[in-house]
Amino acid sequence: MKRLITLRINGIDEEIYAEPWWPLSRVLRDELNLIGTKEGCEAGHCGACTVLIDGKAVMSCLYLAIKARGKDIATIEGLQGNDGALHPIQKAFIEHFAVQCGYCTPGMIMTAKALLDENPNPTEQEVREGLNGNVCRCTGYTKIVDAILSCGGKPKN
Amino acid sequence: MQFDYLEPRTIEETVSLLSKFDGEAKVIAGGTDLLNLIRTKIIRPKYVVDIARIPGLDHVKYDDAGTLSIGALATIRALEMSAQVKERHPVIAQAAGQLGSVAIRNVGTVGGNLCHASPAADTAPVLIALGARVKIAGPAGDRTTALENFFAGPGRTVLERGEILAEIQVPATPPDTTGIYFKHAIRGAADLAIVGVAVVANFDGGRCRNLRVALAAVAPTPMRATAAERLLEGREPDHALIEIAARAAADESRPITDIRGSADYRREMVKVFVRAAIKRVLPEENDRDNEIATAIQ
Repeated sequence: MKRLITLRINGIDEEIYAEPWWPLSRVLRDELNLIGTKEGCEAGHCGACTVLIDGKAVMSCLYLAIKARGKDIATIEGLQGNDGALHPIQKAFIEHFAVQCGYCTPGMIMTAKALLDENPNPTEQEVREGLNGNVCRCTGYTKIVDAILSCGGKPKN
Repeated sequence: MQFDYLEPRTIEETVSLLSKFDGEAKVIAGGTDLLNLIRTKIIRPKYVVDIARIPGLDHVKYDDAGTLSIGALATIRALEMSAQVKERHPVIAQAAGQLGSVAIRNVGTVGGNLCHASPAADTAPVLIALGARVKIAGPAGDRTTALENFFAGPGRTVLERGEILAEIQVPATPPDTTGIYFKHAIRGAADLAIVGVAVVANFDGGRCRNLRVALAAVAPTPMRATAAERLLEGREPDHALIEIAARAAADESRPITDIRGSADYRREMVKVFVRAAIKRVLPEENDRDNEIATAIQ
């Protein structure tokens, strides 16, 4: 039976009637039309569905929406500033040609955000290990790693 | 995927719900394993009992005797990042860092990894090698058992009706203890282990003391390689003895053939990684052997 739950997404409280077995990715995409978050493998292997919960990277396909009550959820839609300016990580992905088909990109960027928030000056090895749960079938990863490394030492927001 | 969702706030309430809905209820903590089992219809629980809101079950702390207590709800990431664990049981933090991606480790719990009872559970070998015990809460009160005896088969534990795993307790190790967990997997940490090998030991004038070898993904449950341990205990290992012990570990493993590797390949890899792990923990380790151990990691 559906329950009324309140989720705080990108700083805004959203009330949704949700079945208890709905994963967060489904609620984001199908109930709230936040389709920047992608569903790939739906088994926790590909990372396309990565969002931040209380600042930490989480696979939203393996996280029940009902468990996210009372937590801060951040999706790719909330990354850009109020003036519409892209986040430095988003800019870096464009500048370094780190996007091809783009399906993995939101998950890559949210994973990179959590990584850089925790470790603002990562080594290449740390970036590669931090991304090991995010699969990209196009780029070969090099450009993505370059983009993230170029953000090292820059301010958080 | 359909179920009723229950949210007990105490262990007592959880035990009572699990006793009442025996066979129809499954416990969810992080859910990274459970939701995959439900989605692929391997299990179809009528009730999912979420223990995540029970207070005081996510600690990672040391008591005065140096015993490490890990609450069942502590995340794998919490174990990996704990400054105290890195200092006092570094092999636990090192192994935790090899379980899945960061996004999985942020949500998945130590209790969940153990209760899921995968033969490939990455936290099991080091905890077994360190002599961990588990505290189980149930209708008749608490009981403890060695983690080594907690697993009953793939996906099965010794938990009985109404029981949940509450805490993992790891005794203090002698100060000069060294350990390593090698995970052999195609995609590294993000993948399931083909073979997992933990070796923990300390040394008395070059002689092995309290040497433990524990293996993952090569038997129906995580297991100790006791034949290999006995060959090394009290001895000063040279290359020949290490080779014999590694072969003994391979012989006592009981792997199966599956999508990740054949039984023969796994047995061979047990030998390779046990050999590398023993060389890694030896005090007078030379650089060349370290390079070999790194190369095959």
